[in-house]
Parts: sequence; structure tokens; C-alpha cells
Amino acid sequence: MSDYQYDNQTVKGFIVSSIFWGVVGIVFGLWISVQMWMPSLNFPPYFTFGRMRVVHYDGLAYGLGIGAIFGITYYIVMRLTKRPLLFPKLARSHLYLFNVGILLAVISLLAGMNTSKFVGELEWPLVIAVVILWVMFAVNVIGTIIKRKDEQMYISLWYILATVIAVAVLYIVNNLSIPAGWTKSYHLFSGVNSANVEWWYGHNLVGFLLTTPILAMFYYFLPKSTGLPIYSHRLSIVAFWSLVFAYLWTGAHHLVYTPLPDWIQTVAIAFTIFLIAPSWGSVMNGYYTVGSDWSKMQTNYLTKFFILGITFYGLQTVQGPTQGLRVVSQLIHYTDWVPGHVHMGTMGWVTMTVTASIYYIIPKIYNTKIFSEKVANIHFWLVLIGQLIFSITMWITGIQQGALWKATNADGSLKYTFVEVLAKNYPYWQLRTIGGLIFTVGMLFFIYNIFMTMRQGKLSLAESKA
Amino acid sequence: MSDEIYKKPIIFAIVSVAVILIGTVATMVIPMLTDEMHPKLANLKPYTALQLAGKDIYQREGCIACHTQTVRPLKTEVMRYGEYSKAGEFAYDRPFLWGAKRTGPDLARIGGKYPDEWHEIHFDNPQAMYPESNMPVYGWMKQNKLDPTAIEAHMKANDFPYTQEELALLKDKTELDALIAYLQVIGTAVTKAQ
Repeated sequence: MSDYQYDNQTVKGFIVSSIFWGVVGIVFGLWISVQMWMPSLNFPPYFTFGRMRVVHYDGLAYGLGIGAIFGITYYIVMRLTKRPLLFPKLARSHLYLFNVGILLAVISLLAGMNTSKFVGELEWPLVIAVVILWVMFAVNVIGTIIKRKDEQMYISLWYILATVIAVAVLYIVNNLSIPAGWTKSYHLFSGVNSANVEWWYGHNLVGFLLTTPILAMFYYFLPKSTGLPIYSHRLSIVAFWSLVFAYLWTGAHHLVYTPLPDWIQTVAIAFTIFLIAPSWGSVMNGYYTVGSDWSKMQTNYLTKFFILGITFYGLQTVQGPTQGLRVVSQLIHYTDWVPGHVHMGTMGWVTMTVTASIYYIIPKIYNTKIFSEKVANIHFWLVLIGQLIFSITMWITGIQQGALWKATNADGSLKYTFVEVLAKNYPYWQLRTIGGLIFTVGMLFFIYNIFMTMRQGKLSLAESKA
Repeated sequence: MSDEIYKKPIIFAIVSVAVILIGTVATMVIPMLTDEMHPKLANLKPYTALQLAGKDIYQREGCIACHTQTVRPLKTEVMRYGEYSKAGEFAYDRPFLWGAKRTGPDLARIGGKYPDEWHEIHFDNPQAMYPESNMPVYGWMKQNKLDPTAIEAHMKANDFPYTQEELALLKDKTELDALIAYLQVIGTAVTKAQ
């Protein structure tokens, strides 16, 4: 009677696609990291640092990030609503269009169609495509939740609903533009106003693409893989509402000491400090959940992915607010410290949690066990070490850059020229490439493990659910 | 009551939108409606067709990845780059191009700092001028002619004034000429401090 179909095929399709785009994004990342210390690796016009860097982070945010979010959200939504997707065929077309969209995005960015809006570089025809893709996703997710078979909505569904709504608002507003031909447009907003709109978007994209959907995964897969219930429902409620409330005030902490009105900067800095509380609400909820049985760290291989992931989320959400303070910002802003910060979040928190979620899903839908826990453990240690080498070297070189830019002689004149400071970065940039390589090898172990798990199992379309 | 909302997705969604919009309205929408966010210096002029073409190229090549265009009001920063940036300097920038990373130096006061020939030599081979530079070579832009039709559309979209004579001159210009013309005008609306 309850033998209905979960659309595992679409979930799998998104996961495989996101892994593919993840590889593309990581290869571009490694390549540009070498360009930083070997400029001869630029091949104009298409393969220069300025164009490729956008493909690196848009490829990973939109391709790996959103791809995984689409697939894993569908998986979670079906299980938490105890029903198939409301529109399974729509979800399938969504998958195909997603891949076409990302492919066109990569090509257009290499061709130089770049609006220069951070993580909103795509030109207007592709913006419309992204909006259509998001609407397809939203209709299915919201519709399925409305028609759910379980009255209470679990925490993950809150985060998913917030993600679906917030990203739509952010993306549409920030992309309002004046078209000037098919491949060019100008922002509807100009100057300082453009800056304020764009960082409202840019920072909240971190909030609603790299935080809330990942927290949805964390709250779903941590109890699933450990068998331990979430420590505090009340803490989840407080953390959720304060997070989605406070995030929207904080964008201007990216614009400290710029000509943006001071009061907007100050309000943003204040709310940024406040944001530590809800972030750590989720961190503590995660710790106390596993705290009821720490032996899970040894007996269940996925636990350490989630706990390390949430730990990096915790570190990220303390480091970030610290950077917003004027006294810290004046030293590290515009330096390599910032990529170090960003990559702790993306490589440490997001990738750790997403890969662990995929480790959970693939054996489930293929009716098998993970191919090798040993390979998963090697993956874990390599991405952890690679990420730490990356972030720590960038923090050191960032502080050095900031300090040397400010250094003065006894007579008050500047001590170093710009190029003299630049030259001191090379050893760190080379180390960063090594960190990136180690991370990449770790990801290859992950991909191998997932691929072998798929080979040994058989994808099931129908799952009986009581 | 408090638990009811977690059983009603539509109400939950509406409340979420409201919560998200509070900060959005307070820090983004309301400022936008005030003059504070639309300042314009008296000296600031719209870009010419050649300069706009250069700015488009600056965006196309992702120069923003390594160069900022905002000098902070900090002593050593003003010493290194020049007068700190004013809100009214950017009224014609859609979007703003302040950037967020200085792999290369800030360019907010690059206009008029060096002659055109300096830029030509530098773009051609940055390492010949600064052996330790990691900037890519951009000399290839000398081969590419400008497209006056596209530039006219861009001028219209920005609502910048231009003449047909001005456009006619563009077809003999290269992308490199345009980029240099743009660099030479950046930051020049502010009189340089001593």
C-alpha cells in the first residue's frame, strides 16, 4: 500500500553532475593557484587569471554547491514529507537544464561575459535561465512540503524553505540590470548604492547557499548516520530564527573603510558580531548531539566528517565577525587572509558536510554499503590536511602583506614598494598550491569511493515506506 | 501557538520572508531612497565612448580579481596611493568596481599617474618592467579593433552623451587604447592631495 516511488534517479543525477562540476571547479582552482606564482601559465584571451578565477568560484558555488543542494534537498524533502516529489518529471527536466545552464555559464565566463558583480557575474540571458531553474526547484520543494504526509516539519525543512525564498529575493534584486545587447548589461544601481546592494547579495548568498542548505543537510544526516537525536529542539528554533533575521543586516562588513556611509558599516559590524550566537547555536547542538555518545567518532566513519565540518563552521563564524571589526579589517582586508578565510568555509565546512551527505545517500539508494570506509578515511584526512595548509598559509601571508603595506621608516616614509611586498608572497602561494593538491587528491579518493559504491550496488527506484 | 508554525509551511514561508526583509529594508532599501546613496562630485563627468569601451574591457578581463579601486582613509594607504576615495566619485559606475583583493596595487588614483606609453609597455610585458610581477600579459589587445556599433549601444544603456564623430573615431582604436583611456580617467574627479 505504501509502495510509492522516490525519485532516486534525479537525486543521483544531481549528485553525479555536482561532482563533475566540482572537478571542473577544482581543476580551475589549482590552475589559477599556480598562475599566482607562475604568470606564464596564463593563455590569453580565454585562460587568463581574471577570467578563470570566476569560473573557479562560480563553477564551485553554482555547479558543485547548487547541484549538490538541488539533489540532496530533493532527497531530504521526499523522506521528511514521506511522499514522492510533487512533480517528478519537472525535477528530471530541472536536472538536464541545470547541466546545460552550468555549461553555458562556464563558456560565457571564459568568453569574458562578466558583469563584475561578485558571484553574480553571469550576463542577463543566463540570469533568466538561473531564475527559471530556481523556480522549477522552488515549485517542487514547496509543493511537496505542502502536500506532505507528516504534519510536523523537521528542522531541515525550515532551512530548506528559508533557502528557497531568500536566494530568490537576493538573486533577482541584485541582478536587476539595463541590457545593452545579448551579452552585456549594466547594473540598475550605481556607485555606492551598487556596492551596498551587491554586498547585501554577496554576503547573504554565503548565508543562504553555503550556510542554510548545508545546515539542512547537517541536521538531517547527523542524526541519520549516528542514530542520535538532535540535542535540543528549542535551541534549533532560536538558532534558526535569529540566523535568518540577523544575516540580512551584515553585508556592509565587506565595505569597511570604503565611501559607503559609516552608519551602514557600523550596523553591519554590530549584527555580524551578534551572528556568532545563532551560528554557535547550531555548533553546540551538533556537539551535544554527538556528546551523548562520543564513541560514534570511532565507530561511525561519517560522524567525524560532520563534527569536523561543524567545527569549521564554528571557527568560520568567529573568524568572520572578527574580520568585520574595523581594527582587524584595516590590517587584513584586501590581503590573502580573506581567501584563507573563504576556503576554510568552503573546503572545511561545505565540502566536508556535502561529501558526508553523499556518502550516506549513495549506499542507501544503491542498496549496498559504502565501497570502503578505509578510502573514506583517507579522503577525510587528505582534505583536512590540504585545507589547513591552504588556510593557514594564507592567513600568515595575509598578515604579512597587511603589515608590510603599512610599514614606515623612521622618517615616516613607506618602507616597502608594492612589488617588494608582492615578491614575499611567492613561497606562501606555492605552499597554497601544495595544500590545494593534497585536497584534490583527497577528493579523488572520494570520487573513486562513490563510483565503486555505485558499481557494486543497484539503483533502486521504488522504496517501500511504512 | 509557537509550535503551530512548524506545521503550516505557507505561513512559515510568509513569516520567513518578513524576517528576511526587515534587515533588507533597513540597510538596503531605505538608504537607496535617500540622497546619501546617490552622491556625485561636481567634477565628475560621464565616460566618453572610448573610456566606456575601456571600462567594459576592464570588466571583461576580470581586472577586479586583483585590483581594487578604493583608497581607505588610512594614513599609509593615502601615502601609497593618493587621496582617499569619496562617495561621489562612482556615480557612473554600474556596477561599482571597488574590488576586494589587492594581488596588484589599488587603481583608484591611477589616472594621470603615468603617461600612456608607460601603460603600453607595461601591458605588453609586465615582467619586463617589474621582474617580480605576476600580472598576465595583455599586449594581445593591440590586435583587436573596437566595435563602434556595440559601444553605441553601451553608451545608450548608460545614458551617456556622445556624438557620431566621436563614435567614428573609434574604429581605428584598439582595445588597448580604450583600456588605457579608461585607466587615465579613473579617480581624476578628485583633485590630488599634496
